[in-house]
Amino acid sequence: MLTVYVPRDTTACALGADGVVDAIVAEAASRNIEIKLVRNGSRGLFWLETLVEVETPAGRMAYGPVNASDVTGLFDAKFHEGAAHELGLGLTEDIPYLKNQLRVNFARAGIIDPLSIDDYKTHGGYGGLTRALALEAQAIVDEVKASGLRGRGGAAFPAGIKWQTVLDTPNEQKYIVCNADEGDSGTFADRLLMEADPYQLIEGMTIAGLGVGATQGYIYLRSEYPKAHEVLKAALANAYEAGYLGIDVAGSGKHFDLEVRLGAGAYICGEETSLLDSLEGKRGLVRSKPPLPAIIGLFGKPTVINNVLTLATVSAIFEKGADFYKGLGTGRSLGTLPMQLAGNIKRGGIVELAFGSTLRDLMEDFGGGTASGRPMKAVQVGGPLGAYLPESQWDIALDYEAFAAAKAMLGHGGVVVFDDSVDMLEQARFAMEFCVVESCGKCTPCRVGSTRGVEVIDKIRASDSSDKQRDDNLILLEELCDTMEFGSLCAMGGLTPFPVRSSVKHFPEDFY
Amino acid sequence: MNSSAHESSTREIVAAMQDMPGGLLPILHEIQHALGYVPEDCVPIIAEGLNLSRAEVHGVISFYHHFRSEPAGKHVVQICRAEACQAVGARGLEAHVQTSLDVKMGETTTDGNLTIEPVYCLGNCACGPSVQIGEDVHARVTPKRFDVLVADLKINGGAK
Ligand SMILES: Cc1cc2nc3c(=O)[nH]c(=O)nc-3n(C[C@H](O)[C@H](O)[C@H](O)COP(=O)(O)O)c2cc1C
Ligand code: SF4
Ligand code: FES
Repeated sequence: MLTVYVPRDTTACALGADGVVDAIVAEAASRNIEIKLVRNGSRGLFWLETLVEVETPAGRMAYGPVNASDVTGLFDAKFHEGAAHELGLGLTEDIPYLKNQLRVNFARAGIIDPLSIDDYKTHGGYGGLTRALALEAQAIVDEVKASGLRGRGGAAFPAGIKWQTVLDTPNEQKYIVCNADEGDSGTFADRLLMEADPYQLIEGMTIAGLGVGATQGYIYLRSEYPKAHEVLKAALANAYEAGYLGIDVAGSGKHFDLEVRLGAGAYICGEETSLLDSLEGKRGLVRSKPPLPAIIGLFGKPTVINNVLTLATVSAIFEKGADFYKGLGTGRSLGTLPMQLAGNIKRGGIVELAFGSTLRDLMEDFGGGTASGRPMKAVQVGGPLGAYLPESQWDIALDYEAFAAAKAMLGHGGVVVFDDSVDMLEQARFAMEFCVVESCGKCTPCRVGSTRGVEVIDKIRASDSSDKQRDDNLILLEELCDTMEFGSLCAMGGLTPFPVRSSVKHFPEDFY
Repeated sequence: MNSSAHESSTREIVAAMQDMPGGLLPILHEIQHALGYVPEDCVPIIAEGLNLSRAEVHGVISFYHHFRSEPAGKHVVQICRAEACQAVGARGLEAHVQTSLDVKMGETTTDGNLTIEPVYCLGNCACGPSVQIGEDVHARVTPKRFDVLVADLKINGGAK
């Protein structure tokens, strides 16, 4: 029977994928063509959504972007036999955007039915767990250390070292917490991974549990992701039913329970200690460190807290070996990083590459420039706390150390492109405004400083360029940034100055 | 729904979930899901069930943007205000929404049909501006497209 794939992920659905499905089902029925329709995750080539694929003897053929109104024409052209059509893109695997990537985390995304454990296993899934089950806890942690894996949530801390601390802290109860709060604008890699390949995360968390001796895991998911929530709930139920979770993981006698919990619209709850308070049912206030969550974490117990991609990568590391993983990348940035091309970009989506290429390659070769066709002016990398980079910085290598050296941050890999119509004063103002809205309120430099920041920027805008007060206010803004950077308890207040300062420094014309 | 009906659903939810570790957020989600908001008269019941003070429960409800203490309009419309959407016209969309519907962010239209809220990223950042209506995200929402979406809501309540 003919198999047709239509993605079910948030972006595909936001572009009308459900309507495309209805049209395909109706059209096939009226033509007496028997089809099997699979709702795959997306391949992450979002500018081509809705990307419809058809199984042919030569491989999967892609058509896109398809609207419901294109479906009759596609059937007339016999797309279901892989025939040519103006929306035809050839074999999916040969689309350069996909072909030129090195996919580890996203190797299965869009290929499999996200909820099918059989599909997952056919494509290498649960191979990592099988290997981990044969190892002692210390050997599991050693493998993660050997892979060079660093946290993908922003701070890039070595995962194996964090795990070692938890393993070495004896307690009858420990926890694995997955940070799925993905609050950064311009990022959607966690979302797509959970919507397209959820078992990869479940498997990684299970291995983490075995590695540090934790029997309970929580996925803290932002409430803005209802589709990911739906997929995770179903995937968890399936994993329990298939015996991959619970008191006897894959017949090993080992115990690991896993539950998904929803956040409630607070950016600060992505910060790990605030997240833990939120999971405990409290306001999400940032805790001072020490103690580290690895020692006193959730409900006061030793806790591994890692980002979605960090934990998911663990399954690949155990499936393919630490050597395979650390063989990719450059310097101390090993493995692959799924970058996310967003904002004013012609070809937005997920681009997973080994560390070491450049921002320019990404934005020009993959992204194809701006969607508006106007020149690019600024790029914000690493979320709302990341710096705005002017063209002179687009050749920095995609590598944690290279970015840090440029006073920028790779963070979770979000790349937000702006064309020349952007007003950088507005962007600096928004950075302050966002901090006002999302500050947890615990410390003054962040809470009060950001409010003052908005006021000062408004004054700069209101004054004219001959005005001496403008210079005074720019100095005041600089001092405010210093106070926030050095006086804040966490990176919310501490890094908000980065987008502000980089705007003033690199785009002074917008402030004069 | 009257206040005693609120109380009885709240009691049921609290009874079913009070043993969950860190159960306050899941309970609030469940109540808001069932009632559309977290009414004032539920607070003492939650506090009692979880052995917390009312002030603590209030503190949590007001800390999180997602929880509301007042009923919303028939449809909740969230407009993404974050950077990736700004880069493709979210500021203009926000202005259009406010003038065309004569509401400010956070308010409900006078006919009680739409509550307009800001949201900071829906994970649809490659295809913004993004708008979420109920649980459905919409991509590339220009002002014109927004008007069509709203007209659809008025005609058929948003059913596809
Ligand atoms: C304001 C703020 C927001 C954050 N948001 C997130 C987030 O949404 N997702 C995430 O994984 N990490 C986020 N982090 C980083 C976490 O605090 C923490 O470093 C991370 O969960 C550790 O996991 P990793 O080592 O796997 O990256 C945030 C940090 C700060 C200061
Ligand atoms: S810097 Fe801001 S968000 Fe962080 S602890 Fe202080 S007030 Fe809270
Ligand atoms: S910034 Fe609007 S959806 Fe991400």
